[in-house]
Amino acid sequence: MEVNKEVVNLLIEDSDDSGWLPIKRARELAIINAIPLPELEALAMQRGIIPLRYQRNIGTITSTEQQVLANASVAVIGCGGLGGNVLEQLTRLGVGNIIVWDFDVFEEHNLNRQLLSSIDSIGQDKIKIAKERAASLNPAVRFQAIAGKFNQEQGRAVLGGCQVVVDALDNIPDRLQLSALCRELKVPLVHGAVEGWMGQLTTQFPEDRTIEAIYARPQNTTENRTISTPSFTPALVASLQVAEVIKVLLGRGETLRKKIMLVNLLDMDIDTIGIIEQGIGR
Amino acid sequence: MKVTVKLFAFLRKERFKASVIDYPEGTTVLQVLDALSITANERNIGIIFVNGHHALLESRLQDGDVLAIFPPVAGG
Repeated sequence: MEVNKEVVNLLIEDSDDSGWLPIKRARELAIINAIPLPELEALAMQRGIIPLRYQRNIGTITSTEQQVLANASVAVIGCGGLGGNVLEQLTRLGVGNIIVWDFDVFEEHNLNRQLLSSIDSIGQDKIKIAKERAASLNPAVRFQAIAGKFNQEQGRAVLGGCQVVVDALDNIPDRLQLSALCRELKVPLVHGAVEGWMGQLTTQFPEDRTIEAIYARPQNTTENRTISTPSFTPALVASLQVAEVIKVLLGRGETLRKKIMLVNLLDMDIDTIGIIEQGIGR
Repeated sequence: MKVTVKLFAFLRKERFKASVIDYPEGTTVLQVLDALSITANERNIGIIFVNGHHALLESRLQDGDVLAIFPPVAGG
């Protein structure tokens, strides 16, 4: 479809001389010009007119960086305590393309911590609720939902185009598979995990083997047992993961590359220790 | 030889966060865990780093090493 960009420009510039584009006006302009909202907003941002809902992002990030986020693709693998909070924040920040992958439905025991769960959503697919939530927060997000258990074969087909993948899984075998796949696809992986008062995270670049170093020993502690997790641990670790995602996307600040951050909320200790993945040090 | 032992998460319970401990030459990680009464069940978990490198239970420690032990966290 041929879009008259001059018309778009004129309408955008005419819409508000403050430099901010309200969503209501953006939607009108998208309809008038028969182009999708994300494209309309992208055109506006190219001209330094930023969607108004991002106003309080600017300063923390620049308007140019806001455009980078709008063009970015991030996948969130797992949509539980971590994934729901990660999705919420990525959406509000304005990450333009988000993949969410989960196989599960909401259950009553999710209510204590999973942001997307509610009394009304019990029994419903997590990815369905995730999609609705994302659309309600930021209609410019292109949302791709993947139903089913994470697996490498399907992952190979959909994750290659992402700039960052977020590990919000709940078990070690899947994490090791995701780590190997991200290495193969050369996509950075932001790992997070929670249990009880404890959380951990790290950011693995394709050249690294950090996840393998963390989970190197045979593990069986999450099999055949119910782990407890309160509301605050996943919310915190998810926030830390999102900060890592944004820094990787923007190429800014210090990440937790080759480091693991260990969060202990019972004693209020946060430790970051360096990790050298190969060998045993001697 | 002196080894700095750092414990994380529930391993600290009734033990310590970090302590410099004197061990005989050639002490292994496993012997340190035994000396700290870290049970087989607790040990099962073990993410073990010596000076930032992933280490094994059988790894022998040297004077000045920093041994970090933490349980795996894997929920989401």
